[in-house]
Amino acid sequence: MAKILMKGNEAIGAAAIKAGCKYFFGYPITPQNELPEYMARELPKVGGVFLQAESEVAAINMVYGAAGAGARVMTSSSSPGIALKQEGISYIAGAELPCVIVNIVRGGPGLGGIQPAQSDYYQSTRGGGNGDYRTVVYAPATLQETVDLVMEAFDVADQYRIPVMVVGDGMIGQMMEPVEFKEPKKRDLPAKDWATDGTKGQRKPNIINSLFIDPKELEDHVWRLEEKYKVIKENEVRYETYNLEDADVVVVAYGTTSRVVKNAIAKCEAEGLKVGLIRPITLWPFPDEAFEKISDKTKGILTVEMSTGQMVDDVKIAINGRKPVYFYGRTGGMVPEPDAIVAEIKKIAGGER
Amino acid sequence: MAKVFEKTKGLTDKPFHYCPGCTHGIIHRLVAEVLEELGVLGKAIGVAPVGCSVFAYDYFNCDMHEAAHGRAPAVATGIKRVHPDSVVFTYQGDGDLASIGTAEIIHAAHRGEKITTIFVNNAIYGMTGGQMAPTTLVGQKATTAPYGRDENHAGRPLKVSEMLATIHGAKFVERVSVHNPANIRKAKKAIKKAFEVQLAGEGFAIVEVLSTCPTNWGLTPTEALKWLEENMLPYYPLGNFRTPEEVK
Repeated sequence: MAKILMKGNEAIGAAAIKAGCKYFFGYPITPQNELPEYMARELPKVGGVFLQAESEVAAINMVYGAAGAGARVMTSSSSPGIALKQEGISYIAGAELPCVIVNIVRGGPGLGGIQPAQSDYYQSTRGGGNGDYRTVVYAPATLQETVDLVMEAFDVADQYRIPVMVVGDGMIGQMMEPVEFKEPKKRDLPAKDWATDGTKGQRKPNIINSLFIDPKELEDHVWRLEEKYKVIKENEVRYETYNLEDADVVVVAYGTTSRVVKNAIAKCEAEGLKVGLIRPITLWPFPDEAFEKISDKTKGILTVEMSTGQMVDDVKIAINGRKPVYFYGRTGGMVPEPDAIVAEIKKIAGGER
Repeated sequence: MAKVFEKTKGLTDKPFHYCPGCTHGIIHRLVAEVLEELGVLGKAIGVAPVGCSVFAYDYFNCDMHEAAHGRAPAVATGIKRVHPDSVVFTYQGDGDLASIGTAEIIHAAHRGEKITTIFVNNAIYGMTGGQMAPTTLVGQKATTAPYGRDENHAGRPLKVSEMLATIHGAKFVERVSVHNPANIRKAKKAIKKAFEVQLAGEGFAIVEVLSTCPTNWGLTPTEALKWLEENMLPYYPLGNFRTPEEVK
């Protein structure tokens, strides 16, 4: 199939429909509005349903109902809207239902701004809602990777019965790039025999639920979820690395920031400095294993984010004290400049930090 | 010997957890009997709320989906849009529907969502221990209204049926009570009609059922039935507020 030039938010919608998503429940918020608008136009053409909910809270609960009923379903929002959806995401995780949630991140806290940011890292990777649970979190850096991951997200959600988040920043949502829609690798997906689609008098009633009044039953449920998350950690970690073996400094960055970092690395290389890169593609599970490949000669690790330093926590856990970890970030919707990153890399390489 | 009565197939064998004298059990049975009589148990999908009836998913003999506090109408919307031919109902208390879930119920009604809502109003929060509900009567004591509900402080009790009857998409709205056998029979009729409205594809249907809470009202079961009759009926008049014919 030929490549098509598309805007990020619309490419996400197209990828979802190609992946068999038939239901979309959402609520407007900048900078992701082109996605629900695309779904409103395109879903009826494939026999699907777009519904604009009265709030983000209602939207995610419509997703909860539709996912329980056995459908491929999606919602999208941006930071303050995702905060409202966290209640429902916790229920969906607790009831072990598959769905895809897109967060086109803007700056915060509170109303914040509408420019791209990565300040929802904690909100995405730490549960966000109440209780012990995880969601798979993809952080694409290009529109091609975005459409690939959105299509795969539906399969991963179905395979593990888990909500999957695709986290792009406002840059991913608003920019245009050529994309090609490719089939994701075949997965062995289980039948949805647990769905609330009516017994038809043929089977015992199905119950979708996350309530366990007996503490022992809840503990068993939570540990069973934890076992599932371990399987996901073993099988679904994704990341890109560059030049780890002989790097003086290794930079860790994801999404849009990683593209700026690649420019910074190229500038350093032109000056003879060896700089490596770890780019997490899954923010959860975090690619701990990539950090084992960092060589002994590396002087330090620089984490670059469009936040005040949220992924730094995971980088420090992954490197476990083997190397010093430094941070450079911009926030509020400001995108880091390559030269500023180069300056930070040089400070670490020169022993100034 | 000929069998003259048997329990409805619409309920499972799980014993109810409700307090003695609470009328949730009666209301459950009415809903279950209606589902069985209409022959729709196989395509029924119920949404249970948070509150006293949180375990409704264990009692109804059909597919059930547990929702967060107040969100049952949104969950039901998701289910109904995926399976338009199913029979979807929510079973909600007054804390759930009239307080934390007002947006969800109003907008489900507003969209004319083809679902049926059973709204149980006992003028108090039951499961959390007798706090004031939006439906608590003026002067009625509750743990968070220890001197009785003061209209100037907490407003007057919300009349949900009257409010929903102003919304075009709400095609059937009726308030019933279960404080005596005659009214129980009327309640069943209204519940049946509310499901028939859904089956006919007309739109949103709700039955508000006045109910008792002997435990949190601090009354015996018989005193509670009398209290309902003497105090709730004057403020919450029974009757039909909306039928599909009127809406057209």
